[in-house]
Amino acid sequence: MTEFIQHLINGLSIGSIYALIALGYTMVFGVLKLINFAHGDIYMLGAFYGYFISRFFSLGENPSLFSLLLALTLTMATCAFTGYLIETFAYKPLRKAPRINALITSVGISLFLEFTGQLVFGSDPKFFPQIFAISGEWAIGDLKFNPLQITVFIISLTLMAILQFVIFKTRLGRAMRAVSFNHDLASLMGIPTNRIISFTFMLGSALAGAGGVLVGLVYPKIEPLMGVMPGLKAFVAAVLGGIGNVTGAVVGALSLGLAEEFVVGYLAPSFRDALAFTILILVLLFKPTGLFGTKTTEKV
Amino acid sequence: MKKISIYLVSMIFALGLSACKKTTPENVITIGEVGAMTGPTATFGISTHNGIMLAIEEINEAGGVKGKKLNLISLDDQGKPDEAAMVTTKLITQDKVVAILGEVASSVSLAMAPIAQQYKVPMITPSSTNPDVTKKGDHIFRVCFIDPFQGSVMAKFAHETLKAKSVAILRDIKNDYSMGLSNFFVDKFNSLGGKIAVEQSYSAGDIDFKSQLTSIRAKKPDAIYVPGYYTDVGLIARQARELGITVPLMGGDGWDSPKLKEIGGTAVNGSYFSNHYSAENQDPKVQEFLAKYKAKYGSTPDALAAMGYDAARVLAEAMERAPSLASNDLRDAIAATKDFSGVTGNITIDQDRNAVKAAVVLKVTDDGFKYQSTVNP
Repeated sequence: MTEFIQHLINGLSIGSIYALIALGYTMVFGVLKLINFAHGDIYMLGAFYGYFISRFFSLGENPSLFSLLLALTLTMATCAFTGYLIETFAYKPLRKAPRINALITSVGISLFLEFTGQLVFGSDPKFFPQIFAISGEWAIGDLKFNPLQITVFIISLTLMAILQFVIFKTRLGRAMRAVSFNHDLASLMGIPTNRIISFTFMLGSALAGAGGVLVGLVYPKIEPLMGVMPGLKAFVAAVLGGIGNVTGAVVGALSLGLAEEFVVGYLAPSFRDALAFTILILVLLFKPTGLFGTKTTEKV
Repeated sequence: MKKISIYLVSMIFALGLSACKKTTPENVITIGEVGAMTGPTATFGISTHNGIMLAIEEINEAGGVKGKKLNLISLDDQGKPDEAAMVTTKLITQDKVVAILGEVASSVSLAMAPIAQQYKVPMITPSSTNPDVTKKGDHIFRVCFIDPFQGSVMAKFAHETLKAKSVAILRDIKNDYSMGLSNFFVDKFNSLGGKIAVEQSYSAGDIDFKSQLTSIRAKKPDAIYVPGYYTDVGLIARQARELGITVPLMGGDGWDSPKLKEIGGTAVNGSYFSNHYSAENQDPKVQEFLAKYKAKYGSTPDALAAMGYDAARVLAEAMERAPSLASNDLRDAIAATKDFSGVTGNITIDQDRNAVKAAVVLKVTDDGFKYQSTVNP
């Protein structure tokens, strides 16, 4: 039983990271109908920005909640800016082009970031500074909680709650939802669609960047190719939840994290990566709209 | 008109370049090195390269081989087998090297060996321990021990020194080295009467090992054998300690890197691994090498640097003895290496082209890797 609950905790904590990345996929898809494959690499950039910011302010020497929040905020800001640049230079010129062009461009951006990363940061793994530390361990009997893991989980949930608030309670969020509903109609209503799209990109990139820092904190080994697998997994999570649906992305990501954990724990560890893609194929075959997606009929 | 002249100039330039390449001076012997200068096993490649460079400088200062200077062409494979195969072909076909040194990782050496064999260019791997590497052909050699021996060293150590009754295995399923080493460990440990509690695996590059470790924890083993590379082992150790697993971890020479301590922190303390040599060895040969290495690079050489140094010197010594540097002559000379006195022990190449040598067990502590014991073959 303890083993089961321990697996449960582990699964939720890895799932919450997938959720942060999956949210970016789903939001960008919502407003642009574009799968942004470079999103996993923004997450990688987040980890490296966090690494350099922490080193620059020597946050590793005085670990505290303040250091963590400082690194997190600065990283989210720089990632948002990177997202803005990518959107402006790579996707905006393609706004009127067929959708497949933008999709292929996103694959190109992804490779560009991965290999530039290897060139600039070096491809050997780096140690992410411990900018936040809670001494001791939390345990109930044999159940061990890594305090860091719990912190990461709480921070991710908070970020998701803020996002929910932004989307459903603010003017900006209303504009995002309008753009996602219908571009042309939204712009006729006086909504600056291009600005809203850029903003969505920045929001998604900031979340991915936060994911990078939080992962660096718990798994302190970062390298330029670290975004590839989590990026694909988060994409699967977004599809599982119904791409374009914010709640769906979170539920999908947590389910994927749990499913992976149990497969590794009780079946064979080598199935970990296969599982995500099996889920992807099954969802696409039997319920292409995902768990929360609504069926849309193509207008002719 | 302008276009044509640019075209002509670039043609002449290209011709000039290729002409330069062809006129390799006659008094130089070119050898090739393939190693991971970047990538997830970069410290392996860099250490090995440093060791090789030190040896070559020494040999050249002492007059070279057969009166000619040695010239090393070193190419980066990023730790990738396909990349290594490509640069090996380049070294042989374009740079016309007479012999190749490399790689450290067995998976990568396994990709290089068939190419070296195909062109009949002798290849010496400094520290690939998987037995299959030298089985690729009679031109492939190594100056280190092989995994059946390394695995049995740790099995004996677990049984005799740690008094472990049951051991859990956590191995890297994508890595020939890790898979082979754990198999040999299991065979030996079983034959000593020990029990394998559970076998779990991961893939290199994973960052979360908690589910495997949770399953391992449930079986309450006395020790865990993790024969992977340092990048993953650091994280594995951290997560094991977070889950409250306090038993020692054990590993092989793939742990030997300063990054192990950097990533693993205090979590790797109290763990043991088998290795080729210990910097604490008081043998004057070792101390002399240590002093020279420190003077040149400012750091303590790890085993891979020592292996690189020995590999280059074994090659140079064989070249000196060989009647000519033609492939078969050089091959026979390397095969005849006997009682070569190296930094990592006496090297004798056996009929399977492997070196027969002793291994050491090191303990990870706060002030580095401490010598525990020596195990002879």
